[in-house]
Amino acid sequence: MGFTSEIHDYQLLSKIATNDKHGENSPYFDGWKAYDRDPFHPTKNPDGVIQMGLAENQLSFDLIEDWIMENPKASICTPEGVNQFKHIANFQDYHGLPEFTKGVANFMSKVRGGRVKFDPDRILMSGGATGANELIMFCLADPGDAFLVPSPYYPAFVRDLCWRTGIQIIPVHCDSSNNFKITREALEEAYQKAQEDNINVKGLIITNPSNPLGTTLDRETLKSAVSFINEKNIHLVCDEIYAATVFNSPGYVSVSEILQDIESINLDLIHVIYSLSKDMGLPGFRVGIVYSYNEEVVHCGRKMSSFGLVSSQTQHLLGAMLNDDEFVDGFLKESSRRLGKRHSVFTKGLEKEGISCLPSNAGLFVWMNLRKLLKEQTFEGEMMLWRDIINEVKLNVSPGSSFDCKEPGWFRVCFANMDDETVEVALRRIRAFVGKETTPSSSPKKPVKLKRWNSNLRLSLSSSRRFDETVLSPHNMMSPHSPLVQAT
Amino acid sequence: MTQTRSTATETDDQKNRSPSSGATGMKLIVPLQGVVQGRGGLLLGSLIPCALFYFLQLYLKRNRSKNSSNPPSPSASSSNLPELPRSSSRTNLSSRGSIGRVPVSSLANMIAKPDSSPYYIGLERVFLDPYDPVNNPDGIIQLGLSANKLCLDLIEKWLSANVKESLIGTDDVSLSINGIAAYQPFDGTEEMKMAMSNFMSLVLGGSVKFDPSNIILTSGGTPAIEILSFCLADQGNAFLVPSPYYPGFDRDFRWRTGVDLIPVYCRSTDNFSLSITALEQAYSQARKRGVKVRGILFSNPSNPVGNLLSQDMLHSLVEFAQEKNIHIISDEIYAGSMYGSEKFVSIAEVLDLEYIDKSRVHIIYGLSKDFALPGFRVGALYSFNESVLAAAKKLTRFCSIPAPTQRLVASMLSDQRFVQEYISTNQKRIREVHKEFEAGLNKLGIKCAKSSAGVYCWADMSELIRPYSEKGELDLWEKFLSVAKISITPGSACHCIEPGWFRICFTTLDLEDIPLVIERFGRVVETCKSSG
Repeated sequence: MGFTSEIHDYQLLSKIATNDKHGENSPYFDGWKAYDRDPFHPTKNPDGVIQMGLAENQLSFDLIEDWIMENPKASICTPEGVNQFKHIANFQDYHGLPEFTKGVANFMSKVRGGRVKFDPDRILMSGGATGANELIMFCLADPGDAFLVPSPYYPAFVRDLCWRTGIQIIPVHCDSSNNFKITREALEEAYQKAQEDNINVKGLIITNPSNPLGTTLDRETLKSAVSFINEKNIHLVCDEIYAATVFNSPGYVSVSEILQDIESINLDLIHVIYSLSKDMGLPGFRVGIVYSYNEEVVHCGRKMSSFGLVSSQTQHLLGAMLNDDEFVDGFLKESSRRLGKRHSVFTKGLEKEGISCLPSNAGLFVWMNLRKLLKEQTFEGEMMLWRDIINEVKLNVSPGSSFDCKEPGWFRVCFANMDDETVEVALRRIRAFVGKETTPSSSPKKPVKLKRWNSNLRLSLSSSRRFDETVLSPHNMMSPHSPLVQAT
Repeated sequence: MTQTRSTATETDDQKNRSPSSGATGMKLIVPLQGVVQGRGGLLLGSLIPCALFYFLQLYLKRNRSKNSSNPPSPSASSSNLPELPRSSSRTNLSSRGSIGRVPVSSLANMIAKPDSSPYYIGLERVFLDPYDPVNNPDGIIQLGLSANKLCLDLIEKWLSANVKESLIGTDDVSLSINGIAAYQPFDGTEEMKMAMSNFMSLVLGGSVKFDPSNIILTSGGTPAIEILSFCLADQGNAFLVPSPYYPGFDRDFRWRTGVDLIPVYCRSTDNFSLSITALEQAYSQARKRGVKVRGILFSNPSNPVGNLLSQDMLHSLVEFAQEKNIHIISDEIYAGSMYGSEKFVSIAEVLDLEYIDKSRVHIIYGLSKDFALPGFRVGALYSFNESVLAAAKKLTRFCSIPAPTQRLVASMLSDQRFVQEYISTNQKRIREVHKEFEAGLNKLGIKCAKSSAGVYCWADMSELIRPYSEKGELDLWEKFLSVAKISITPGSACHCIEPGWFRICFTTLDLEDIPLVIERFGRVVETCKSSG
């Protein structure tokens, strides 16, 4: 396949297929590549790179495993459950299996402490939260329209919200001066500027609990956001996929609760995105949910859900699981406890080394403050530090610039996708690194095994500075059945 | 948005009208001058007619806006659909009501309009009143959705015998939930790709072996078709599609992509076969209109007709595409549902010649029809084009098959003996039901197009429709729904240029059901015949 045929190929493809809005060409992939080539294993590869860039919740699998073992009827491939097979295999109604939508509504309500009720008929399915975010954009905005997004934000929003939909993101920058809170002034300013630039702002998307910050929005901020969109008559999309990862006070306030408190909100503007990938640790099940208070959006979105329906087998299993109140209550409590414990162990370990994180009460990660380790307070400095962390400390963490953070020196570090021993190893390595960095004498650095890709860790200031945290599923190298996926 | 625009236009109109109104106004001024004395006479004399005209405009504008079609409120647009029960989550809050109309996307506005396609209306009607032999014997029998229930018992039997493949592996820890609950490669696991390519080789192949590295797996055939549309064409471009065609193509290929489908009409005179001449014509016409044609899309076996493309025709299609430098998408999702004596030839089989550029050929497949698992959402996109595969792989981020389903299906498909038995039994049963069903229709005087595959008959009821037009066809369709309580798909939903043809799916029926169904057909057929 020569050069000429590649050009030939390229011309035959669409703009969407050949632009880089998918975000995977970002130089930050080198961190992933480093992990892929040299993945950590406690016994087989103790010097390998530890994956701390993937926000996965692996702490409570055993609870789900136990439930499945105890409930063979829920699975259609057991003697107890196989009689449901014919019905399930044939079921492709866009409304979803009634047990499934009821179960999801039940689960969502319990996650919010029972303070809100959700209507199963408003639940739309999609291919994971990724599909849900894209679907709601298709329903709300036209190509060229814009959505305000408080930064720092999940890097793959560029792909999910913009790639095929043609809409654009307008970041609303938040900074550490007020712990990255979203202020009304910042929202107004971003909106005004868009008006001046003749950009049609269709809505605001907020992630609550926040990725990457790990914080929940306080009631006042949420109220302010709701009144802002109501005043401007634009949509509010609340990405609440981390809702059940809240492990500490202040408690969680979801947008649905706010709606009960404030008068005169136009409900047609409010939409919630949900998923089971983070809260239940089931990203492989591809369960994305769009919940809208707008009838038209429900109607239209339901038709569009054909592009990402949840497999009926999954619906059947989860329908049984999520309607088991005893299980759900127990799971939510225990999962939250384990996350809190892990968060505490990790942050305390970091504090011992003088590393602080943004105080957080949710999420599967911490927003680590490494500003004092930067050689220069610039993004180049951040890049240099990041390279060191990957090459020497052998941790794959995510630099703040990939989240469009305006202050250099912040890093998102995931802590819920590993066991306790691995956390200890990670902390040990950080200890060693910080010790080295803060002592003026330069000790000889350990030889880096894989040198050839170092030079590729260059800072690229192009707008395609995004990466997908979940392109790869490489963590389970122990299984002979799931080979490592190569980054493309 | 719309309302603001209309007011703006009317203000413009007013402005446009007043200068001309001045001229006619002069005719009033002269006699008025006689009335109005004094210094301000001329001024007042010219002001008054202008004022009169102004008020006239205002009066007309008020009347116009009463008659103008305001964009339908959400409740009106959804009135044709089953009312979503007012949820408790909204009733508590809804006392405050909606304030003004909220702009959603243009796409949403278009989709929000009541479904005009009988294909979807039919699905909706059955949903509301589905036939059940025990609980609802007078309900509507679904013959409009091509689902195959004939061999589900075989799969059920396999499952019962192979429970080790359930969610939790018993012996091997690595098969536990840790493996399948976590993120997987979005375009499918190695295991599943291998299983799928082997299955495709069996069903489609003949001499062709399908390579797992050329497969992308998606949650159903629907997103696979959409992915190809996004990858191969830009907004405003078009694909040629032989018609009649599968109604779902209109949504899957066009809705969110902005790519158009240009029908290439086939006729009953040659059993709805495609001709290169017709393709050439459609292509030139599109070019004349300034529309860029990026490729051809077709299903083979054909849906709704059920005929096959011959090896020669496939050759000609590939040469045509080569000549025009466009793509070919072959949807081969019914390849395993053969009942006739003809042999299926996949487009992959004609690509072995040296001068053929394989990179423009893409195949859609899935397990919803041949393997009767539509609920599981298992689709595949097969391409020889590295760039398309690379782009499509990224797009599976939005539509992956969940891991437990991949595991289950992969182990099922890897059981070679079971798969062989399934395919041959499936074909046998389809043949039996098809024979009985078509015979039943023939007895009523309804003839079907010659077909070798698929799960439906393409029936000619043109003699039963009055008038001989789309309206007549839709009237008959409605009669079948409301009188005979059968849902079938009218040819107009499939863009058939000849009125009176209907697609009738028969694989949701057992042999014993056929007499009941034929009797229901008979009800309407008799009334049509008697009414002359």
